[in-house]
Amino acid sequence: MINSNITIGQYIPGESIIHKADPRTKIILSIVFMVVIFLVNSFWTFTAMALFVLLTVIVSGVPMKYTLRGLKPIMFIIIFTAVINIFTTGGTPISEKVPFRYITWEGLILALKLAARLALVIISGSLLTFTTTPILLTDGIEKLLSPFRRIGVPAHELAMMMSIALRFIPTLLEETDKIMKAQAARGADFDTGNLVQRAKSFVPVLVPLFVSAFRRADELATAMEARCYRGGKGRTRLRDLEFTSVDTKIAIVTVTFFTVLLLLEYL
Amino acid sequence: MPVVKNNDRNIIEVRNASFAYRSGSDDGQEVLALDDISLSVRQGEFLAVLGRNGSGKSTLAKLMNALILPVSGTVIVDGIDTTDEEMLWDIRSTTGMVFQNPDNQIVGTVVEEDVAFGPENLGVPPKEIRARVDEALEMIGMSEFKKHAPHQLSGGQKQRVAIAGILAMRPKCIVLDEATAMLDPVGRREVMRILRRLNSEEGITIVHITHHMDEAGMADRVLVIDNGRCVMIGTPKVVFSDVEKIKSLGLDVPQVTELMYELNKLGFDFPTDILSVDEAVAQLKAYLRDE
Repeated sequence: MINSNITIGQYIPGESIIHKADPRTKIILSIVFMVVIFLVNSFWTFTAMALFVLLTVIVSGVPMKYTLRGLKPIMFIIIFTAVINIFTTGGTPISEKVPFRYITWEGLILALKLAARLALVIISGSLLTFTTTPILLTDGIEKLLSPFRRIGVPAHELAMMMSIALRFIPTLLEETDKIMKAQAARGADFDTGNLVQRAKSFVPVLVPLFVSAFRRADELATAMEARCYRGGKGRTRLRDLEFTSVDTKIAIVTVTFFTVLLLLEYL
Repeated sequence: MPVVKNNDRNIIEVRNASFAYRSGSDDGQEVLALDDISLSVRQGEFLAVLGRNGSGKSTLAKLMNALILPVSGTVIVDGIDTTDEEMLWDIRSTTGMVFQNPDNQIVGTVVEEDVAFGPENLGVPPKEIRARVDEALEMIGMSEFKKHAPHQLSGGQKQRVAIAGILAMRPKCIVLDEATAMLDPVGRREVMRILRRLNSEEGITIVHITHHMDEAGMADRVLVIDNGRCVMIGTPKVVFSDVEKIKSLGLDVPQVTELMYELNKLGFDFPTDILSVDEAVAQLKAYLRDE
């Protein structure tokens, strides 16, 4: 009933240099990419950025259809913003005829650029999760945030919360499935009726699920305390993240590319 | 290599300990979970703890790990008073705890990461953690599963991982709070086999709280608690031979012991301290031959 293959930020195993790179390198470069994509403006630089993303996808060995699938959930947002841009941007109308006089060339171009930007950001972001295991991603975020601990960013706590959430996703899915079957055996109907009725039929599933999640949380907290957990202070890690030559290469290539692009754009 | 059991030293000493908690009902009355209980766990022994639901077994287990502190009396773990806050982490790494639900005590998203959780908390250097994790997984025979996600394992395997997580902290004692209660017979056997091996080969003290009389029969000593008090303690043979008392406490004796007890009631004269099927078979054979 429930698709237990759901994994947050689906990881696709591979041996590419992008898989091997340190998560911190990938996170930082993804952020840099997002900034650059909003700085470039001309047709040629856009094409270069798109080619760059295409090249990274090919190098990573992640099948193209997975990459494009990531766009589906936000297709609505892309189209919506594009349509708004088309109709609200002032400039030269594309035609004097009635339906077309509200559409401007400037609007069309802006809409196209925005759609391209969003799509490229999403593709690069999903490439990050496709090539990095959730654990490594969590470790990377923790490491990157740890300098900000001084100003009160709970880096370790955030990472611990994320990894516990990841740990319990399969457990809670299994439990949901069990509860649904138990309720179905008592005559619950999850598959018929309109949207409201179907949403209502999930209440008898969610209530026991929440109760059990709280009980689990309580027991887990006790078990963690029993194993000497006392927060991030003085804690060591089994795997320590380490930058390698792969990271240097990737960083040099990417940063050089972005710099050249920005120089061409603004000089 | 069997370790010589050093029974002179007590690893855990509970002296006149009481513990009360507020009841869940609205009146907010205090319920006495442990009532002036005293006992000692000897270094290197396998102690089984029996008692019906609500007898205070779990409370007793949590006292041994300083998860809770007694309201009166003292608990001494490896020479340290559990009220000594500065030694809290030493106490918790000396006596590791395994809980009932295997799912709710695994923290890591991958087996080896979970086993590393304890040593990571203790601030052990990464290289040393790696060595301890490999060693602990080797001891429980789960090395090949180190990259598996916990939800891919059976209940028995998950409990073994939980035990490995404790072993990686290099404990002197493991307290299992009904750790076999949610397992199927195969899983129970796996866990019991490992516990007995850790006890006899590594010399780790085991305190095993259980509902299964056959598991208690394997222990060096059995402790029976009822209403927060220690009512019986001794070798399994001694404890289980008092079938009537055990039954009056709402517990059972192992099946063969019960069989011999019933036979004796019918006028036979078998020893009352039979715990294993083999012993019973031998006794019955001898009896039939004499006939």
